[in-house]
Amino acid sequence: MSPNDQWVAFQTIVVKEIRRFTRIWTQTLLPPVITMVLYFVIFGSLIGRRIGEMEGLDYVSFVAPGLIMMSVLTNSYTNVVSSFFGSKFSRCIEELLVSPTPNYVILLGFVIGGVSRGLIVGVFVTLTSLFFTDMQIHNLPIVIVTVFLTSVLFAVAGLVNGVFARNFDDVNIVPTFVLTPLTYLGGIFYSINMLPDFWQGVSKFNPILYMVNAFRYGFLGISDVNVVLALCMILVLIAVFTVFALYLLKNAKGLRA
Amino acid sequence: MTAALSIQGLVKTYDNGFEALKGINLNVQEGDFFALLGPNGAGKSTTIGVLCSLVRKSSGTVRIFDADIDADFPKAKQYLGIVPQEFNFNQWEKVADICVTQGGYYGLPLALAKERAEKYLRLLGLWEKRDGRARALSGGMKRRLMIARALVHNPKLLILDEPTAGVDIELRRSMWEFLRKINAEGTTIILTTHYLEEAESLCRNIAIIDHGRIVRNTNMKELLRELDRETFIFDVQEKLDSAPKLDGYETTLVDEHSFQTEVKKGQALNQIFTMLDNQSIHIQSMRNKANRLEELFVGMVEAGKHDDQEKPE
Repeated sequence: MSPNDQWVAFQTIVVKEIRRFTRIWTQTLLPPVITMVLYFVIFGSLIGRRIGEMEGLDYVSFVAPGLIMMSVLTNSYTNVVSSFFGSKFSRCIEELLVSPTPNYVILLGFVIGGVSRGLIVGVFVTLTSLFFTDMQIHNLPIVIVTVFLTSVLFAVAGLVNGVFARNFDDVNIVPTFVLTPLTYLGGIFYSINMLPDFWQGVSKFNPILYMVNAFRYGFLGISDVNVVLALCMILVLIAVFTVFALYLLKNAKGLRA
Repeated sequence: MTAALSIQGLVKTYDNGFEALKGINLNVQEGDFFALLGPNGAGKSTTIGVLCSLVRKSSGTVRIFDADIDADFPKAKQYLGIVPQEFNFNQWEKVADICVTQGGYYGLPLALAKERAEKYLRLLGLWEKRDGRARALSGGMKRRLMIARALVHNPKLLILDEPTAGVDIELRRSMWEFLRKINAEGTTIILTTHYLEEAESLCRNIAIIDHGRIVRNTNMKELLRELDRETFIFDVQEKLDSAPKLDGYETTLVDEHSFQTEVKKGQALNQIFTMLDNQSIHIQSMRNKANRLEELFVGMVEAGKHDDQEKPE
């Protein structure tokens, strides 16, 4: 397949993916925005006022970047895992597998589809947050790079989950039992400086902490971790998951007998 | 003549130890309309799975035109169009989008993919449904959609795995006409089907696969010539109390207006007509009891079962 043909195949997958999540926008784009409105109402207007300041900022200003990041990463992940597993379940993934489209183009197409949904939701949530707080931007390139790389990472991880999943329960296991706890303990709602030393140390094994803090640094100029280290870690994780995803696309029993 | 498909020593052993293909050798020439027949579980779908990369072979070589699947599978896939047995498209997608998207997977620019999608959807009578969701189509329409989708990238070799299963007779015949047309235009076609009338009507060459082995691979006419007897049913005007006695033929009463008789190779139907005429029995119509290929096929499969039973453990 020539590079031009591969480019066409890539565009086709991306368009198909975007068409899928926009067709069912009431299930894919609307719920995360509603959820985030609730978070902003509760943590901004209700509880937030009583909490006071965090790292010298209003509580709602402090949590806003983390909430945006949470919606981006969960939507990037769930888009790919549900789309890929859905294709596998209905066997329409065979349309792609019998075609000459290389595995890396398939991976890239699904990932960019997931990133598109993650970033669209991220933009909607950011616009929503403006009703509750004045968002400032300390370093725009850091904001863009962090959100993009994090979205890519979770989209790739979603594809790995999608390949492994044998039923709809498997699709939900990782988001429920891994992603949600790591996200909630990833410094969205608090600074790890508030924690005892031991739990600060434990928190530093949570990769989401680095993503949330790098993103927060881009907006607010404060971070509990080294931003360069955070970005390097995201890149390494992307590389590891990408290699694993490509291996699975070639060898996974769920795809080829 | 170029081989459209060349399979040598193809073996597939699944992880559980089941040997689905036991060294298949098969050649299909360019332009052929080829039938691959066999009972359920014989290895037809596994063979097709290997050709389109959904099943990994254990050993053997496969060439599709000039492309060896081990050396250049993407090139081999470009030559190939697959119509699978089960519906494997997104039922929520629009009919036209399914074809256009498939074209994109083969590198067809959007404008060309749309043009081809229109061409094949029109040819298969689905153009009016192009903006509807695929799930709203009838079973026959869904089968035609899969054919249109498989043709969008203009494959040189089209493999159809039971394309007319569950399709009514009228539609089946219109699909036959369509397949004859694209075959005449140069597309090599391999067909698996349980409707042996379909294979007999469409295909020039045939391979019969059973228990993972090719048990016959020959020309359809030659194969049919091997049939040493045929059973005919005669419908007659007169009411019959018993089957008419015909010298040299064994007859059985089917109902009060019809009987059946077996005609061996070398026996002429004219004798039967003469003998019935002498008995003042008037024939209204006659037909084969079973399709000719079906009789041969059943005989081969039964012989295969018999051989298996006689094999020492």
